Formats: sequence, C-alpha cells, structure tokens
Amino acid sequence: MSALRPDGGRVNVVFAASIRGMAVGLVFSASSIQQVNAQMSMPSPGMKDSMMENPVLTHTRLDQFEGRTSGAESEFRWDGEGWIGTDMNKLWVKSEGFSGNGSISDGDHEAMYDRPIPHMRYFDAQVGVRTDLDSDPHRAWVALGIEGIAPGYFEIAPTLYIRDGGNVAGRVVASYDLLLTQRWIAQPEAELNFYSKDDPGRQIGSGLSGLDAGVRLRYEVNRKFAPYIGFAYNGKYGNTASYSRQAGETTNGAQFVFGIRLWY
Amino acid sequence: MRRQETKFEQPIAITRRRFVGSMAVGAALAACGWQDRPALGETAPTNSAVMTGTHFDLTIDSVLVNYTGRASRATAVNGSTPGPILRWREGDTVTISLTNRLKQATSIHWHGVRVPTDMDGVPGLSFAGVPPGETFEYRFPVRQSGTYWYHSHSGFQEQTGLVGAVIIDPREHDPIGFDREYVVLLSDWTDTNPATIFSNLKAQSDYYNYHRLTLPNFISAAAKDGFESTISQRLAWARMNMSPTDVSDVTGATYTYLLNGRAPNANWTGLIHAGERIRLRFINGSSMTFFDVRIPGLKMTVVQADGNDIEPVTVDEFRIGIAETYDVIVQPADDAAYTIFAQSEDRSGFARGTLAPRMDMTAAVPPMDPFPMRTMADMGMGNMKGMKMGDMKGVGRSGMAGMDLPGTTGTYKKGMPKSSKTDAASQNMAGMSMDNSDMPGMKMGSESGTAPLPQPGLGTAPIMPISGMVDTEARLTPSNAVHLRIGPQVDNVAMEVSERLNDPGDGLTANGRRVLTYADLRARYRGADGRPPTREIELHLSGNMERYIWGFNGKKFSNSEPIELKLGERVRFVLINDTMMEHPIHLHGLWSELENGHGEFDPYKHTVIVKPAERLSYLVTADTAGQWAYHCHFSFHMNAGMFRTVVVKP
Repeated sequence: MSALRPDGGRVNVVFAASIRGMAVGLVFSASSIQQVNAQMSMPSPGMKDSMMENPVLTHTRLDQFEGRTSGAESEFRWDGEGWIGTDMNKLWVKSEGFSGNGSISDGDHEAMYDRPIPHMRYFDAQVGVRTDLDSDPHRAWVALGIEGIAPGYFEIAPTLYIRDGGNVAGRVVASYDLLLTQRWIAQPEAELNFYSKDDPGRQIGSGLSGLDAGVRLRYEVNRKFAPYIGFAYNGKYGNTASYSRQAGETTNGAQFVFGIRLWY
Repeated sequence: MRRQETKFEQPIAITRRRFVGSMAVGAALAACGWQDRPALGETAPTNSAVMTGTHFDLTIDSVLVNYTGRASRATAVNGSTPGPILRWREGDTVTISLTNRLKQATSIHWHGVRVPTDMDGVPGLSFAGVPPGETFEYRFPVRQSGTYWYHSHSGFQEQTGLVGAVIIDPREHDPIGFDREYVVLLSDWTDTNPATIFSNLKAQSDYYNYHRLTLPNFISAAAKDGFESTISQRLAWARMNMSPTDVSDVTGATYTYLLNGRAPNANWTGLIHAGERIRLRFINGSSMTFFDVRIPGLKMTVVQADGNDIEPVTVDEFRIGIAETYDVIVQPADDAAYTIFAQSEDRSGFARGTLAPRMDMTAAVPPMDPFPMRTMADMGMGNMKGMKMGDMKGVGRSGMAGMDLPGTTGTYKKGMPKSSKTDAASQNMAGMSMDNSDMPGMKMGSESGTAPLPQPGLGTAPIMPISGMVDTEARLTPSNAVHLRIGPQVDNVAMEVSERLNDPGDGLTANGRRVLTYADLRARYRGADGRPPTREIELHLSGNMERYIWGFNGKKFSNSEPIELKLGERVRFVLINDTMMEHPIHLHGLWSELENGHGEFDPYKHTVIVKPAERLSYLVTADTAGQWAYHCHFSFHMNAGMFRTVVVKP
C-alpha cells in the first residue's frame, strides 16, 4: 500500500499549526509555549514509524459503470469519483458522461480541493474546476460545492458552477442505500442539472435542464465489487427539451441498466 | 542458568490443510514441566518456546503461515507467532537482544512492564526503533511480577503476529497456588494487509460490518415492538447518521480468531487432570477484538488482572479488552474435556481451545450469543443503563455519599461538576494504611514519589500524605477546561454519561451468567501511594466513525499537544467516552489505579476499558520520568489519532 505512506513533512506542518493555535487550544498545564516547542521539535516526527496517523490515501469509486438500453437504442454511462489525500486535505476528481452512437455527451470532469467543514460532522466543502469535455463544444467552469451525508444516511452533493459571461449552473446529486439484506442493496439515485442561460452549442436551455434518476439493485460480492441491474429515467425539460426535439432526439425515457459498482 | 535452550530454530512447515493454524504456542508451562507439552502432531510443526533466564535473543522475521487455507505472511519472533513465552523473575535484570530481519523497522514494547522510558520500545518516543538488519539491546531491572505481554509498536506488526506472553514470577513464592498453568493468548488474524483494512475503514467505516440494519430487520422489529416505536428508534439513529450495529470496526468478515496461534478448527488443547488447580493466564493480544470468555462446565476464579493480584472472584464469564490480562484458576472435578470459548464482542466469530485429560478429547462448542445492539444510552442520549442498575437515573454521585460502594452506578449530567466536599464517604482515611508499616522486609516507596514505586505486594508500605485525614476520592477541578464540540473529528458529544463499573458490558447483561465487572476488581494488596491526587486531567474519548478519525478531546494526535506531568505528582485522569464504542486506554510506563470504589484497594491496571457514554477515573503516580505513549489499544483507533504523548518531567 504505497498510498499509505505517511508524509512526515505534512505532519510537521500540522504541528507548527497546532503550536500557533495553542493560545486558544487546549493547554493541560501552565507550560510555556517554549517548553512545548522543545518537546515537539524532538521526538514526534519519528512517530511515523509507530503509526500511520495521517496517511495519504487514495480511493476511487465508480457508482455507475453501465450499459443502458431501451430496446432499440443503447448507450454506455459512467459516473465516478476518486480522491487522494489525508483526513483534512483531499484532491477529488469526478467524471461522468454518456457514450453512444460514436459520440460522447454530457461529459463532465471536475477536479476539486476538498476539506471538512468546521463544526459539521459529515460535510466537506469543495472548490475547483469543471470542464465539459465531450463531442460538443467545450466549456470550463469554476466549481463550488459541498458533499456529505445528510441526516437519514442520504448522500448528497450540491454544486454551483460559474463561467464567463455570467453563466451559472447548479447540480444536485443524491442517493440512498436501502439494505434488503447484508449484500442485496437497492439504491435510488437522482441527479438534477440547472442552468441560468441557454447554451445552444451544447443544446442546453435555462432552468431545470435535465434529470437523471434511477434505482439500482446491487449484490455486494464484497464491498468493492457489486454487479447490479436497474432502471434509469433520463428527462430533459424546458428549452433543453426543445433543442432535443429539433435534433430529432427523445426528450425523456426509461432504460434498463446493468453494470458494476466498483471501488478500490 | 543464563539461558534456556529453545526450539525456535526448527523450520516452519506450512500445511495446506484448511483451518490449520500453524505455529501454535504449546503453552504448557513450568508447574508440570514444559516437557509435558503435548505432541500436537503434523498440524503443529512447532511450538513456540518458553524462554527463561536473564538473557534473551529475539529475532524478528517474516514467516509464512496458514490459518485460513491460504498461505500468508506473518511477523514472527524466533520463527513463531505468537512469539516465545518470556519467563522472567522479579528482582532480576533482564537483557533482550532484538535483531531485526524484516525489511522495515521494528520494535518491541513490554506491555504493562514498568521500565525506564528508553526501554519502552515506542519508536519516536523511547527510541528510534530497530532498523532492518540491526540489533537493539534492551536491559532493565524487573521490579514486578504477574502476567504481561509484548508486542511490536511499529506500524501494523502487532496485527501481523508480533505478539507474545511475558510471565514474571514473584521473587518469593507465588501466593496464587496452582498445579499447572497455561498461557491463553487470544488474537485476531487477517490475510488482508492491515494497511488495506485501515484504508478501507477510512473510505467506508462499516466496511466489515455485516450486521447492518436491513429492511427485513425493520419489518420484524415493527411486528414485534410496533411500527411507531420502531420507526422512531430508526429515526433517532438516522438523525445522527449512526448505527446501533456499530459494535466492532473489524470483524469475522476478515478475521480468524486465534487461541495460542490456533484457529478454532485447529483446536489448541491443554492437558489437565481432575482435581488440579489450573492457572490460565489470559492475554488479549488482538488488534481490534474484545473477547467474551467462558469455559462451559467450569467456574473461573479470577485471581489477577493486568499482572496485579486481586481478591479472588468466581465468575462464569469475563470480557477481556485488547491488551488486558486476566489470570483465572479452574478446578475440573472430572476427567472431562472443556471448551475455552472466546467469542468476539460482535459475535462474528470466536476463538476456541480445549482443556482435556487426553489430546484427542473435545467438548461441545457453544453457539454464539445474539448480536449486541448499541442503545441510545451508549450514545449518551438517555440513561437506560442506570435504569437497569436499579433506576438511579439522575442520581449524581454526590447524592450517594456514604454509600459509594464498589460499582455503584451514578449519573453525571454534563455541566454539573461534582462538589468535592460532600463527595465520597472517605472510608479511605490514609492513616488506616499505616498498620503494616513495621513489616519485615517491606519495600518502602520514596516519600517524594520521585523514584519508581513498587508494585503493591505483601511487604509494600504505601507512601502517605503528610496530614493524616485526607479524602483521596474528593473531586477536584480539572486543570484543563474541555468543551467538546461537534465537528469533523467529533460525531457525538454525550449528553449524559454514567459510571458503568457494575455493568459487564454491552451484550453481557442478563445472559444468565455471572460475568466479571470492573467493580469486582479489588486489589489483594494496598496501593503503593496513599496520597490524594493534586489535580485532575479530563480527557474525552472522541471520534468520527464515518470519517474514521479518533482522538482525545476532539483532536487526533497530529493536532494535539503532549500531556505534561511533574515527576512525583499524583494525578487523577478522568475519562469521558463520547463515542458509542468501548476504548481500551493504555498508559505506558505508569500504573493506572482504577477508582472503582475499593479505596486503597483500587486495582492497578495498565489498560482500562471505558464503555460507551461512560465516565470513569483512575489515579496515576508519575514516578518515572520520560516520554510515554498514551493511547487506545484498538490498533486502528490509535493509528487514526487516538494517541497522546504523556511527558513526565523532572
């Protein structure tokens, strides 16, 4: 597990920070900061041989890695995310999109710095960039979001996107794991996208542009490998739907999905 | 005799048979002569040795083992895991040469043994660790007796097998008489790299929990208890995103539980005969598992805890936290086989062995108990525990002054500091302990407390406060104000905590058996330090299960500062568990005198379990200068930050 090697330098940085924070932090006795400094400088960095206390870890999860078919038409869908970092500082990478008929659509790739929000148990703040990279014209956004677990074990991630020209977009992704048994798990999931302005180049209209929702029944062979089947509904609304109709595409429909949920 | 011949040079044969644990400790010990050790046949190619004397050569190396049907790498001492049993004698000075043949640094910590700080074996605090290919020599005087153990303090080597027993015989005769003795070392084995387990927990904290609540659970609970009560309970947990099934982080889903290095089907067996007094030295050498131990058909008389003799107490069952030791006496009336049954706290598996007059005899293995659900009381959300103990809800400890007997359960509301004067009945007037002051050969503790105090024993005269009448149980104002707040490192702040000394633990109440509690532990000898503490240090055990971050007072190790003690001072550590799991808290180098109501006979421990939503305290005499590790002995909790340095300054 090379990813688990603790970063000694990082530990030192945190120590320095905690010494500065001592005035407001916990002090057990009336010791002076100099005393503490003297102790801190000596043995503690060596503690990395004792413990993996602040390891840099890496994890990647593909929630959707699936074929979708409505009989006549089929496409491939991926939606995944991964991170590298410590408890308090992470780099997240997210990617999703559709592939079918020789083109890639709704390709969305994000890189975000992630940090837990103070005084909250389960939510992280994220800031970074999003690029729409697929067969359509490319776009780049600044992204601001939060991701975490809402009361009731709902995983939720709302994100706000801003790009030049006063374009603002929003996305909310939410899911819930319903355990039928210890290994059979049904997961309802939904993703909603909003845009402030029409973007004819990408066939996107303002307002609620699209909803991708589904329910997937997976079997966890183990936590990291879970084949699934399910249904997905993909709907386009407002001007987005109009663009689709002009292009002769369907604006909504349910599809049968089958795939594998993976993480490592 | 300087050195005893040992058998660790034998090659380790690996068997391909399923469930065959190799490298069993054939732990028949001295009383009958360890040549009495049974031949364990092809399934046990080696028995780890018992090493005696004053000089010990230990070599750490990686070996192949097979506990699960799959060959895997373990970290061994002298070729065996668990390592050889080291048998020392109180009063000797022992030398241990530790040679590292691993590719990584290694270390051995002598758990519970009071050694100088540079001999304590914690890389980064005591020394730099032993680099690959090098030898480190430990040398220290042995000033205590009892059952202890050793383990690596480097990375996850403890999880991969670097554990072993230490038995220290008393200088004079052992007051615990017995005809035969065995070490029973419990551990948890996984074929998975522990670093992978740790990483998995960081990504999904319930990765190994296969007792999670399901829809069918809900339907059957609703049918039994009513829809409304079931949904309100589920919602209460859901509001906090916590689960009542959060009992063990790492479970039988990956662990095979071992007894003396043997998987259950390999059935470690110790020979016994009817009428014998057999001493079993139980050691929990696991990384992540609490065991509930019983021997159906035999009563167990607990005579020692954490190396310190206690007044004998006879039980059917006891819970042994990680790193704790219990010595028990059993006396079989018949020449029959008995199963040593040690189920994991979450009932996802068990370790098992047999005591029998012949090697081929076995006894029935009992079924495991039901999975123990956590309750809102474990979250500190309501005092169901107190109700169980006789409906003392809301009765503070001060309200029970005068009846503060062993294990009385009181309840503390947060923000209501106990008064010190009305508190405790002060049955322990210090002057009472003077009655053995002119015993011959007494070991006198230093007045100032600046030299290491002796372990309590027959001839130990306690050091006394200057003034005669002192209430050693009086509460003080904590020298540190702790206001734990919810945050990324803290998922819960218990609203209501209570003493649970009289509570055998989650999953052990009302099972029809007499189960040992902490309140039962009454030291056989008076404590070595009769002085009252001069200050209190309050520590909240905190964590965020979902993020798998653990710490003290809401801070993991890398965000925290050392705890400072002054050499010779006597301090009360007050531990408040704001999490919904037990934590076995281990202070290196100094004793933890658990305040369980026995006054000057409070037991000396090196590892103290703090139950969910429990508040307990122990006294510490800072009689050995140095830097000491202080941590939760759940290996992954320690690695996730539940660790502090305690500095004792001259």
